[in-house]
Amino acid sequence: MLVRTDNLKKFFPIGRNQLLHAVDGISLEIAENEILGLVGESGSGKSTFGKTLIGLLPRTAGTAYYKGAELPPKFSTQDHLKYSRELQMIFQDPYSSLNPRMTVLDIVGEGLHIQSQHSRSQIREEVAGWLNSVGLNADHMSRYPHEFSGGQRQRIGIARAMIIKPKFVVCDEPISALDVSVQAQVVNLLEELKQSLGLTLLFIAHDLSMVRYVSDRMAVMYLGSLVESGPADEVFFNPQHPYTQLLIESNPEPDPVVERARAHTPIKGEITSPVNVQPGCRFSDRCPKALTECRTETPEVTIISDKHTVSCHLFR
Amino acid sequence: MTQPILEVQDLSVEFATYGGNVKAVRGVSFSVNRGETLAIVGESGCGKSVSVQAIMGLIPIPPGKITGGTAKLNGKNILGLDAREANKFRGVEIGMIFQDPMTSLNPTMSIGDQISETLMVHRNVSRKEAFKRAVELLEKTHISEAAKRARQYPFEFSGGMLQRAMIAQSLACSPSLLIADEPTTALDVTIQAQILELMSELQRTEHMSIILITHDLAVVAKMADQVAVMYAGQVVEKGSVDEIFYHSAHPYTLGLKDAMPSNRDDRSKKLTPIDGNPPDLFAPPQGCGYFARCPHSMQLCEKHMPDEFVITSDTGHYSRCWLQHNDSPRVKDLFQARYSHAG
Repeated sequence: MLVRTDNLKKFFPIGRNQLLHAVDGISLEIAENEILGLVGESGSGKSTFGKTLIGLLPRTAGTAYYKGAELPPKFSTQDHLKYSRELQMIFQDPYSSLNPRMTVLDIVGEGLHIQSQHSRSQIREEVAGWLNSVGLNADHMSRYPHEFSGGQRQRIGIARAMIIKPKFVVCDEPISALDVSVQAQVVNLLEELKQSLGLTLLFIAHDLSMVRYVSDRMAVMYLGSLVESGPADEVFFNPQHPYTQLLIESNPEPDPVVERARAHTPIKGEITSPVNVQPGCRFSDRCPKALTECRTETPEVTIISDKHTVSCHLFR
Repeated sequence: MTQPILEVQDLSVEFATYGGNVKAVRGVSFSVNRGETLAIVGESGCGKSVSVQAIMGLIPIPPGKITGGTAKLNGKNILGLDAREANKFRGVEIGMIFQDPMTSLNPTMSIGDQISETLMVHRNVSRKEAFKRAVELLEKTHISEAAKRARQYPFEFSGGMLQRAMIAQSLACSPSLLIADEPTTALDVTIQAQILELMSELQRTEHMSIILITHDLAVVAKMADQVAVMYAGQVVEKGSVDEIFYHSAHPYTLGLKDAMPSNRDDRSKKLTPIDGNPPDLFAPPQGCGYFARCPHSMQLCEKHMPDEFVITSDTGHYSRCWLQHNDSPRVKDLFQARYSHAG
């Protein structure tokens, strides 16, 4: 396993002695050269999990391992320097994640510059090469982010993360701000980079069809906890947890005949507040199959078939 | 055929900027029949939102300018009216909801007051009566504890609840047409399913027509009766939802479908992106807007915009592509039905 977390928790104090349980005990493993897709509604803690995993946020409890060794709970400047060569992140919003006062050369080359092992001309050369491989032009180096479209900016963000040849990249909704035709470009690019660099990716997204398509394995989060994980096709076509089932039922398909045949049972209610959560299954108040113990006891992880796990009392 | 409720002919809109005139909408025609849903689909910047904003009189003039065309609501012209005239149909006969409910509602007014305002302006009822109606409308959109919720402010609502409140407001004067501009783009799939379900339900009970603007083909498949595919300020293909999905007759429509993952396909199948970028609408191309990105483009396409080639006359399915011309070379298998469902 390249990356592993054990009961990882991240709470945010929000005043008046209240805690927001953004990530509440996640244990996950990601094998080398694997793409793990992480899905869930907004507010389920997907992004916070990704950021905590690679040390962009200090964790509250639990452990995270990289290549078998424990990552520090809170990264010092040295830790950031050390680990940012191997752990990188592609951010969701290509508009706010690039510094508007830096040129593309400075943005993409910053990682190499910080390592201070490369001369200016080397950095220039590397940046030019990466701009080409993400489908941009070396002439774009002296331009500023505002001169690019959303898709192009996202590719600048990818080049920025990839230039230091990381081993593990957290892709936080890398395509949700993009048009359909451009989404395919970015997804194919990530796939190519995975092959050529031997990358391992945590692919966070809410577009279920795209996650199924991109990922080898798929994990579903609800209110800070992991409800189901397994091989992508297995989770998508044979979901076991009531939440995953409802999530996949709500996911429309670009096919009118399928849509007309779909049963109209959208999930009731909305995701509840992650502040001061009570014990018990997080999904119990929206779950159509909830049992009495669901409201009092937190469900254990149950292995139902090869690599396919569910956290639900129905499977005990 | 029934009289369409809204009929738009040859609509053209330009924006004056420092860089020149952007020709955002270039001769768009579509119509909506009673009780039907028309989906307008296309990528960012293709002019889908600008088209309906022009119809609603929501384009600031200047810099905007409606350079041509007509829009008739139940046979009456509604294009280019002044605010006073436009307010007679805006919010009364046509309701509208927007992508981002958080910025579309007034943060300093309670939800109930905002809905009441619509009623007080258009229906001339008392404040008390209007508020009572507002609560009923919130109930109609399945907001629980509507009386309590009506006194709350937008920041106390979640995104899905706000979109429900927006729908409630747009329904205040029982419009015959609802225009929904990317109504679920900012929402999660679970909430999206709820909102789309609510829209279909209200369409049935209120006998409304809907214009749904979206970039999401899955939402189109779920909601639409008729579909207009827009590219670079023009409608490039129009037809019934089944025709657009199973008998696509324009390379751009095919390109959009191939760029999306299908749950039927094996995961090893590669997605086919559409290379390149949409044309610059400061100087729109003389010929077909899709020319530069089209894998099947011919010399002819560069200089001459194709007409609307009718594919099926009784459904109004047409495609603006030279490949549909009788004398054009046949691209092997290009427009073959894609899925097993096609019949």
